[in-house]
Amino acid sequence: MTAEARLAIEVTGLHKRYGEVEAVTCVDLSVRTGEVVAFLGPNGAGKTTTVEILEGLRTRTSGDVHVLGVDPAEATADWRERIGVVLQGAKHEGDFTAAEIVTMWSAYYRSPRPTAEVLELVGLAEAAGTRTRRLSGGQQQRLAVALALVGDPELVFLDEPTTGFDPAARREAWQTIDGLRSLGVTVLLTTHYMDEADRLADRIAVISRGRIVADGTAPELAAQVAMPSHISWDAAELSTEALPHRLRDLLRSQDAWERPALVTRDVGGVVRELLATAEAVGTRLDSLAVQPPTLEDTYLALTGDTSSGDGS
Amino acid sequence: MTRLGQLRSEARFNLLGFRRSPAATFFTVVLPIIFLVIFTSIFGNEIISSTGARVATVYVPGILALALVSANFMNAAIVTVIRRESGVLKAMRATPLPPWVYVGGQVAASLVLTAIMTALVIGIGWLGYSVEVQPGAVPSLLITLGVGAAAFSALGLAITCVCPSEQAAPAITNMCVLPLYFVSDVFIPSEGAPRWMTLIGDIFPIKHLAVALGRTFDPFSEGVPLPAWRWAILGAWGVFGVLVTVRFFRWTPRN
Repeated sequence: MTAEARLAIEVTGLHKRYGEVEAVTCVDLSVRTGEVVAFLGPNGAGKTTTVEILEGLRTRTSGDVHVLGVDPAEATADWRERIGVVLQGAKHEGDFTAAEIVTMWSAYYRSPRPTAEVLELVGLAEAAGTRTRRLSGGQQQRLAVALALVGDPELVFLDEPTTGFDPAARREAWQTIDGLRSLGVTVLLTTHYMDEADRLADRIAVISRGRIVADGTAPELAAQVAMPSHISWDAAELSTEALPHRLRDLLRSQDAWERPALVTRDVGGVVRELLATAEAVGTRLDSLAVQPPTLEDTYLALTGDTSSGDGS
Repeated sequence: MTRLGQLRSEARFNLLGFRRSPAATFFTVVLPIIFLVIFTSIFGNEIISSTGARVATVYVPGILALALVSANFMNAAIVTVIRRESGVLKAMRATPLPPWVYVGGQVAASLVLTAIMTALVIGIGWLGYSVEVQPGAVPSLLITLGVGAAAFSALGLAITCVCPSEQAAPAITNMCVLPLYFVSDVFIPSEGAPRWMTLIGDIFPIKHLAVALGRTFDPFSEGVPLPAWRWAILGAWGVFGVLVTVRFFRWTPRN
């Protein structure tokens, strides 16, 4: 097998313009066969546009795109047999049961998985006979995944599979997506939650304002932006007045009720100096805590977007 | 699955969805029959002096036309807009199912509904009001039903292009057909109506369908009815519907 054949998705210089609006400026992306990749970015960053171009549902302005070795702009029925698509906010016809909808869709494929097996795969076996209008949001989403799996695809696209979900429904969806990995399916999912990307994906490609701004595992992304840690303690133990000038410059601006905190990348050096200061004034500084940068900090630094992470 | 198998599956699920939708069943199956009973009761089933035929020979084909328009035009248009706006059509585009099989399945379902309604309306007309299809007119009846179903199916897809939302679909489709029923020999004969009313009826397809069907039930018609130019006008509307659909049909939600 050649290196190219192992790439399920290969995108170079993808560009999409709607009239005056540049939805996607420049996207380069490659996904290896069997890999689970998260496409992470705030709303309006160009995630859905990119994914729908890869799915063959939208045309592109320019750039090279190969999905399973085929240009999606020239999608054939044979190629569509090999991919599964879960659209953003997928809905179903309410008058049919979950099993009926899966059976209806299985007729679209040459060698579909049996309906019962597909429902089992996504954990909907017990809801097989339920009309879809009575399914919960999480169940509806799992039914959408079932429809994407019924043709036994090699590659599945999931566009914002958990947006608008409560924590329980999100956990359900995550289990289903983890299940895809064990089927050996290649997955490209979009999300605007860093924790979701970290939890589900082997690799994260971060998109912001139509460009890929970072690509790697969560620790690699964190290292790339090298966000500072927060070193905090109880003001009762050590007043900020007692700090030497060098440390005082590192103080974060704080509200009266907040613990004092120093913001630095030099954690070892600063902690040593802080403990020395504490010892000099005769306190043990038991309340000392070091808070490493969160995924959210990394994400916000990468996308340069302060309003994200709040859902849509 | 073979294409034929896919067509059958699509038609079957369309009919299942229809059966489970109270609004669709009411407007396509129940309402035409209520109209048939009401009109023949109001106007009696007397012999009309000018033609020598019974009143019901006017209403049976009229109501049959109404049922055909409901099944092929209204129902198909509303279902298609609901599927489009909920993203079902878009998701379907990402599957290997060829678009023509999807459309074919829906038309096949409408044809089955048309056949059921034809049997029902003719059966009620025959048992309740002594209206009979003239044996020589059966081929003409089948051609009219076929051409009519094809034309209104095409127009049903075409009208979805101007329906912005699923809420708008029932209103827009009703706005198209309800006024026309009154000038198209469906609810009342257009004989003696003002010139502008008959003219409107002549332009649009419903009257040609109703009149072509009416010829089938006319006990005094000579020989085999061949309403060729009515078929031609229906066919032309069908072609118009296909052209609009090919040019403007969308699979993705508007909202």
